[in-house]
This record gives sequence, C-alpha cells and structure tokens, in this order.
Amino acid sequence: MNKTLSDWKAISLFVGPALILYLVILFVPIVSSLGLSMQEGSPITGFKYVGFANYERLIHDSQMWKALWFGTRFALFVSAGQIILGTLLALLYHFYLKHSSVLVRTLIFLPVVLPTVAVAQMFSKMFAIAPQYGLVNGLLDNLGMQSYIQPWLGQADTAFWIICIMEIWKAMGFYAILIFTGLVGIPEETIEAGRIDGAQGWNLTRFIVLPQLTPIMVASLIFSFNGTLKVFDTIVALTNGGPGTATTPLSILMYKTSFVYSEYGYGSTLALTLTLQCLVVSLLIYWRNRREGN
Amino acid sequence: MKHARLTALSTLLIVSAFSAAEAQKKTVVFLSGQNRDVGYTKIISMLSDDYAKKNATFSYQHQAQLTDLTQRLQLLANSGTLPTLFSINEPSLLAQLATKGDAADLESYFRDLGIYSKLNPVAVQINKKLTGGKLLGLPLELNIEGIWYNKKIFADNGLKEPKTWDEMMAAADKLKARNIQPFSASGDQKWPLTRLIGGYAARKYGADVMDRVKDGSLKLTDAGFVEAARAVQEMGKKGYFGLGVNTIDYDTAVDTFLQGKAAMLYMGSWVLRDLNDKTRNKIGEASVGFFNIPAVKGGKGTINDWSINTGLTVGVNAKQLDKATGDWMKHVFSNYANLAMSDLGMLTGFKVTKTPKTIPALTKMTQTKLNAAKNGYLWWEGLFSPKATAISQDNVQPLITGDLSPEEYMQQLQNALK
Repeated sequence: MNKTLSDWKAISLFVGPALILYLVILFVPIVSSLGLSMQEGSPITGFKYVGFANYERLIHDSQMWKALWFGTRFALFVSAGQIILGTLLALLYHFYLKHSSVLVRTLIFLPVVLPTVAVAQMFSKMFAIAPQYGLVNGLLDNLGMQSYIQPWLGQADTAFWIICIMEIWKAMGFYAILIFTGLVGIPEETIEAGRIDGAQGWNLTRFIVLPQLTPIMVASLIFSFNGTLKVFDTIVALTNGGPGTATTPLSILMYKTSFVYSEYGYGSTLALTLTLQCLVVSLLIYWRNRREGN
Repeated sequence: MKHARLTALSTLLIVSAFSAAEAQKKTVVFLSGQNRDVGYTKIISMLSDDYAKKNATFSYQHQAQLTDLTQRLQLLANSGTLPTLFSINEPSLLAQLATKGDAADLESYFRDLGIYSKLNPVAVQINKKLTGGKLLGLPLELNIEGIWYNKKIFADNGLKEPKTWDEMMAAADKLKARNIQPFSASGDQKWPLTRLIGGYAARKYGADVMDRVKDGSLKLTDAGFVEAARAVQEMGKKGYFGLGVNTIDYDTAVDTFLQGKAAMLYMGSWVLRDLNDKTRNKIGEASVGFFNIPAVKGGKGTINDWSINTGLTVGVNAKQLDKATGDWMKHVFSNYANLAMSDLGMLTGFKVTKTPKTIPALTKMTQTKLNAAKNGYLWWEGLFSPKATAISQDNVQPLITGDLSPEEYMQQLQNALK
C-alpha cells in the first residue's frame, strides 16, 4: 500500500483525471469570474478593463450590504432550524420510534424531493390574502382573530419568516436522515455503558450521543450554511426578492445585476463575494471544530 | 453498363435538384416573448403559415422565450445567430444591436419594400422615441393606457367620470367608505403602480416630462415627482388597492375588476382581449367605461395627453434582409392590421384598410379615443435603463405600503439614472 502511495505514476493515474475535471469545471470558471470582475460591459457592447473599480463600487453599494445581511441572517436562522430540528427528528426515530419510524421518515423526507416551485406555490397559497384567504388567514378568520389577518408575503418582516419556515420544512428531513445515519453508527454498547453509569434522557444525549455525532454534525452544518447562503430558487419562486428588495440575498442580486441590468463585471464581483462568504463560513466551522479537538 | 450509367446520372440529377431546392429554401424564425396563440404572435404565425402554403420554398418557425429574453438575445447576438424577428424587452438593447449592425433600420427597409405607407405615423413617432429617433422596432400593437371603470358601480354610488385627481380620490374615498374596493392593481407585476406615478407626473409637468428628465432639465427629486410618488403612496396607505396588493398577480387584478369586485383598473388597451371575452367579463361590456388619468392641481399636462405605446418591441435581423425575407414581410405586414382587427379586435401600429363588419363596442370606443389623442407620451420607465426600471418597479412596493418615503423613492431612482 505504502509502495503504491509513494509511486507518482500511480498517484497521477488515480488523482489526475479527477484533478483535471475539478480544474475544468470549478477552478477555471472561478478564475474567469475573477477576470470578469475587473471589466465592465456586456457581450453586445464589448468589455473593457476597469481595474478594481467594481470592488470599490462593492464597498459603497448599500444594496449589496443589505443583501449580504439578509443572506447571513437567513443562513443563521435556517441552518439552526434545519440542524436542530433534524437532530431532534433523528433522535425521535432512533430512540422512540425505532423500527416503526420508516413511515415518519418517508413523510418528513418527502418535501426534499418535491420541486421547489411546487413547495413555493403551496406556501404562497397557504399564506394568501387575496383573491381569497389562504389556509392561515382563513384559520385566523374562523377563530375570530381578524386583527391578525395580513398579507404575510407582501410585508418584508413576515415574508422573511415564511421563507425561513419553508426552507427549514423543505430540508429538515434531509438533515434528519443524515444525522440518523450517524446515530445508527454509534455502537449500542456505548449507549448502554452510559445508561449503566446513570445517564438518561438529556444527559445521555448531551454527553454520549452528541459528541459521537460531531463529525456528521459538522458536515451537516457546512452543507446547510452553504446551501442557505446560496439560496436562490426558493426565494425567486415565493417572493422574487420582494416586497421591494426586502428578501433579496446576494445570489439574486448577482443574477439581476448580471442578467437584468447587463452589468456582467459587477455581477461577477458579487458572485465572488458570495463565494468568499461561503469559504469563510466553511473555514470558520472547521477551525472551531478543530479548536475543540474534534 | 449503359443501365448503370443511366442510374448514376438520374441519381446525380435528383441530388442536385434537391440540393438546389434546399439552397433556395428560406426559414424565417421568430423568437417571441409570448406563446404562438397570443396577440401579435398569433397574427404573424397565421399570416406566415398562409404564406408558406403558397410558397414551397418558405417555412416559418416560432420560438417562445417567456423568461430571460435579454440573456438569450445577448448570447445569440454574440454568436451571430440572431433569428429573423426577435422580441426584445429593452429598447436600449435594440439600439445597441442596431449600432453593431445586427438590427435593421425599418424605416428605410419598409420604404425599399414599398410598404412604409402601411405604418401608422403615430405609432412610428412613439416607437422612434424609444430607440434614439430611429425606427428599429415593429409597431405590432398600438395601445393607449387609462383607467377602466365599472359604470354600474359609479352610477349606483352617484359618481361621474372624474376630471381631476382630487375628484378621483374623492370617488375612491366614497367607494371605500361603502366597502367597495376602489382600484384593482397588480402589485406583484409592479408596473401597474409605477404607471400611476408616471401618469401623475405627466399631468404635473406635461407630456414631454420624461424627455426633459432624459435631457437633464428636470430631476426626479423635483417637488412635482415627489408629489406624484406621495399621491400614489396615499392611495396604498388608504387601502384603495384592497388587501395584499403586492401579492396580486396580473390575471387576479384583471379578474377582480371583471367580476365587479373593484370599481377601477389602470390598464392599457391590450386588456380589450379580456374585456371582450364574455367568459371572463362578468360585469358586461356595457358596464365598462374608460377615462384618462385626470388633471392635477397646477399641472401643465391635460387629459388630452395619452400614454401610448406599441407593445413589446420586436426587432428584425439586419443580416437576413434578403429577397425572400422581403417578400414574406410584404405579405405579412400588408395584411397584419386587418387580420389583427378582425381576429382579435386588436389595435396595431399598421393601418386598417378593411374594417370588419362587427367590431366589439369597447374596441371601437378605444379606437375613437386613440384617434382623438392630441399628444402621446411613453410609460414611466420608457426611457430608463434596465437598472433604473428595476429600481423604479422594485421600490414601488415598499412605497405604497409606507416603508419607503416618496423622497427616498425618487432619490434612489435619480441616482440610478446616472
């Protein structure tokens, strides 16, 4: 084995194709985007080199800061929701439902495989106010709580929470399954030993189960943060970034800048900002995890 | 041997004849912003299919591009594969294509073909404004915009067609007090709201208001524009647009009016196809009236100035102006206006030479108003860049809910014009 691993020919054979593929499909577009971020123009008018002008503009762009803050807030709430609820569901499957959890798992996993547009349509109808009340406003009306009836998706603050709820609901089944596979991997003897030592309920979860789940939790966190920072389709389908630009994250701002305003250079700068944000978050999670000795 | 030679010769002849026919074959492609069975696309398709039947070497192909039209066109233009006709939702992009020699100057082309006289001069004038004084887009529609109202609701509540903005607001107040929704509007589409701001500004400063903004003699932060934004914001804050206006889509807004659930609807004359549709129009044709944006206090504009447009811009590929394209265009645009009128009751930027025996009453009424229009002006964002258009439309949602002040709305828009 060691002989194979020190053989450069073998390494080139095994790693080479994957490395070339990686360079072509990931690294080249990033470098190309970096080049584009120093230009302005469009395919029709042509491009010209502008140096760091787009980066200067980025710093002074209030809309960019607003979108960055929206995306960060969204990622924090949604990732917390997805991981916490995913973990609770996984614990429920493993410790309480045990062998009869298949149906529950399937039901909770179902939204993961539904098309985002269909889920967004469902939520849009649920929170509708006109032409007819949706499920939520209808319920409030029937309960005599007319003062709470409102255009949930037409207001910045309520729209934010509905997008969060939808994104959590849509993906929590995925994280539940992911964490469940980690739980299944914990040796029964370890749990049993903890129980013999008197650990029950929360103490058993906190001191025995969760530390064993750390690697999979870290992976889930990275998945979740990166997925939510790059959120696009959910918001386009539900609010299209509105009302106004209240629910516009960096990804939608980047799309609009590039493909609606035809400012491809500045659009690339925004895309790189998003890439950098994802990278920083991933490194922070790794760093924190390593510092804790995991 | 002789037989084999004969066979080879025949095959050669057949192949060369086939190749010659293929070489002469002309395919016209229309990349349209709407489906084949809708509006002007339907009329062009019908006429092209008819032309193809008479000309074996001609074929017509329709491609629908309902979203990301600009992106697609940029890609096609960049790779030199623009179709023969293409819808384009940004007139500024069409002007760029013309500069590059990709979009045809239709004035000289139509003159060369001998069909320039088929065009309606008003439509030509309006269309030229959009693209720097050149006729680059086909005026496939000719629309006027104004406020459609439910005559029955007005009569039942003792209201008359308002002549001033204050009268219109007083009418809305009265209707609201009687639990009748004064206006139906699609805040989801956004532009039906910004059109009101534009209408108010045109009344305040006159029909040339946006030309003056473009040349820099007026700024959007001037008092009259802020007043316009405040007037529309007031309408939103007082609930004149009903519940959840920012979530209402186009069809819902039109249906709300057509089902008698709202008294007024700001919309262009393209809505005639819905108004003339008996299955959708539940209030009846006789119950629909139409008036222009009313005058505002101290304003220079009059109610004889109408917001006029020629629909979604359609350009022609300058690199495909060969004889075959010319023959096809002559056929299509010599018959376009008549067929659009008889089949859809649609008003276009081409002259009708054969008036159908029966024209729907609302179409007739709209045509009369259009013919009497003294001045035409473009819609609010007509001369804006794509970015300024997006800012105008995105910001109107928080404006009408009171989350953005009229001053901020205009300031942000003015900044986007730079």
